[in-house]
Amino acid sequence: MKVQQDLQTPSSTVVSIGRSTRSLVWTRLRKDKAAILGLILVAIIVGVAIFAPLLARLTGHTPNQLFENMRTELGLPRGPNARFWFGADQVGRDLFVRVMYGARTSLFVAVVGTSLATLIGVVVGLVAGYYRGWLDTVISRGIDVWLSLPLLLFAVGLSTVCSSSLRGCLGGLLQPGLRLVTGIIALFTWPYIARIVRGQVISLREREFVEAARAMGSSDARIMFSELLPNLMAPILVYATLTIPGNILFEAALSFLGVGVPQSTPSWGRMLSDATSGSLFTYAWWMMVYPGLFLLLTTLAFYLIGDGLRDALDPRRAVR
Amino acid sequence: MWRFVVRRLLWLVAVLLIITAITYGIFFVMAPVDPAVLFAGKQPTPQVIAEIRREFGLSKPVWQQYGLFVQHVFLGDRYGWPGLGFSFVTRASVKSQLGSRLVVTATLAFGAAFVWLILGIPIGVVSAVKQRSFVDRLAMGFALFFVSAPVFWIGLMFLWVFWFKLGIAAGTGYFGLTHYGFFTWLNHMIMPWIVLALVEAAWYARMTRGSLIEVMGEDFIRTARAKGLSETRVIVKHGLRASLLPVVTMFGMDLGLLFGGAIIVETVFNLQGIGQWAVASVSTGDLPVILAVTLVSSFAITLANVAVDVCYAFLDPRVRLQ
Repeated sequence: MKVQQDLQTPSSTVVSIGRSTRSLVWTRLRKDKAAILGLILVAIIVGVAIFAPLLARLTGHTPNQLFENMRTELGLPRGPNARFWFGADQVGRDLFVRVMYGARTSLFVAVVGTSLATLIGVVVGLVAGYYRGWLDTVISRGIDVWLSLPLLLFAVGLSTVCSSSLRGCLGGLLQPGLRLVTGIIALFTWPYIARIVRGQVISLREREFVEAARAMGSSDARIMFSELLPNLMAPILVYATLTIPGNILFEAALSFLGVGVPQSTPSWGRMLSDATSGSLFTYAWWMMVYPGLFLLLTTLAFYLIGDGLRDALDPRRAVR
Repeated sequence: MWRFVVRRLLWLVAVLLIITAITYGIFFVMAPVDPAVLFAGKQPTPQVIAEIRREFGLSKPVWQQYGLFVQHVFLGDRYGWPGLGFSFVTRASVKSQLGSRLVVTATLAFGAAFVWLILGIPIGVVSAVKQRSFVDRLAMGFALFFVSAPVFWIGLMFLWVFWFKLGIAAGTGYFGLTHYGFFTWLNHMIMPWIVLALVEAAWYARMTRGSLIEVMGEDFIRTARAKGLSETRVIVKHGLRASLLPVVTMFGMDLGLLFGGAIIVETVFNLQGIGQWAVASVSTGDLPVILAVTLVSSFAITLANVAVDVCYAFLDPRVRLQ
């Protein structure tokens, strides 16, 4: 399963920071109660995402199964009971099962979207910071412009245009559905990473080890990826972690606005959007409370880890 | 100084061109189907499609199409200036509907900005001064909560609790100031302002706290204390002034994000602003409206950014030298 594989990436990047730093960071992180809480919460959410089918089996319902008996004569959903722990949604689907499966959508977007954004951001940031000159000017000015624009609105436009046909945009690269949403998120968040990486590279490139590498005749690519990149792992890890909650909220916002994932894919943002239609939430509070709580806990957990990692990697900040 | 202003204005022109290029790319070049069909609304007649094709010059090469698009935007089209096209869903020019929508969005944005500045900055200052105290931990806990919470969920919860359960707040919808009077208007704006402001205030409290703590460790603070100034004066006159510089910079940068938040709050509270208009246009397939809102809001944000920059340069001479 893709989600499981990609979740391994953050821990494998830690390895390349180097043993001493890693153990140092881990020692500091262990003392940070908030970060530990975040780690536990993320572990729970990941567990929910992986074992969603098993959890669903406990209830005996599938995410898109319709239950006529969970709707009143007027067509309104019925609330939580012994067999439907979180109640039903507007068409009579089991909300508990959908919320569990929703963790998969959020984590998929978080992991794949953030990885893509990090990959693009690191390469662009390295190139801009290493070569400087006009290339750097163009890239950094471009990033400044890009980040000051109403990106959510651009995402709404892009998503509408690309969903107009099943073929999708960019020769099928951005196909409607989860892929489009993930692609959009990567497209809109890489500049944050690029900006951080560029800033770090600018100060690192003047250091002796880079000069030494250059004196030994290393190519630019080698200096960038074997000399500079390992030194950048710490900030990349921190900021990648800190963009995860933003990306999760971005997907939820897009789905809430009705331009995210399709109806059949369980998504917390989509569920909240269902709760709003016709002010259904004033009656069916469960449709609003449960997906929202899971969304909140997930983003909170990633922020806690991100803050903790930042403090652990930069002891000066921890004093603050 | 004037060189700086002129450079900034030239930059503004470049950015406006970049924005038109991006929007043109998204709405016309990347579209997987014929843009003429996309822009004609749902179930268009062949005449409408032919009309749009002529209007945008869709049979010409791409660079000519883009030129025509830019010309329309900046010099106006047959519906007047600025040329934002025609909505085939509402059968009216986009421009004619834009004004009243902009008023709603501006009301929401300025009101919320006021609320979050008077909430966020003082909380950040108190947190920084009483670092690691109970107040600090409580405030930062709340800040973390509102930073993590999705704004649409907060909006729904507020509506449920304060409007539906307790009945102390007014429900959704925008009620114009001139038409419904001050109190009805205010009553319906309070919750949207607070919801949008809480999320932003949380960021600003975190920022102000971090920045002030950093500044309070600087030498000039020690000097100010050594002069025998009262602690309040040291914090407000010396510390806060220096620490607000990054906050002001962030304010300029944040306008785009603020607009994103405004779209969601408008949708949740059913305020007929431009963001809600764009979102409502998604389901009706009203692409000209989405395009127009994207252009107008990007332009507004860019203009505001340049204005902030120029004001900043007048206030802080260091900026001009860069």
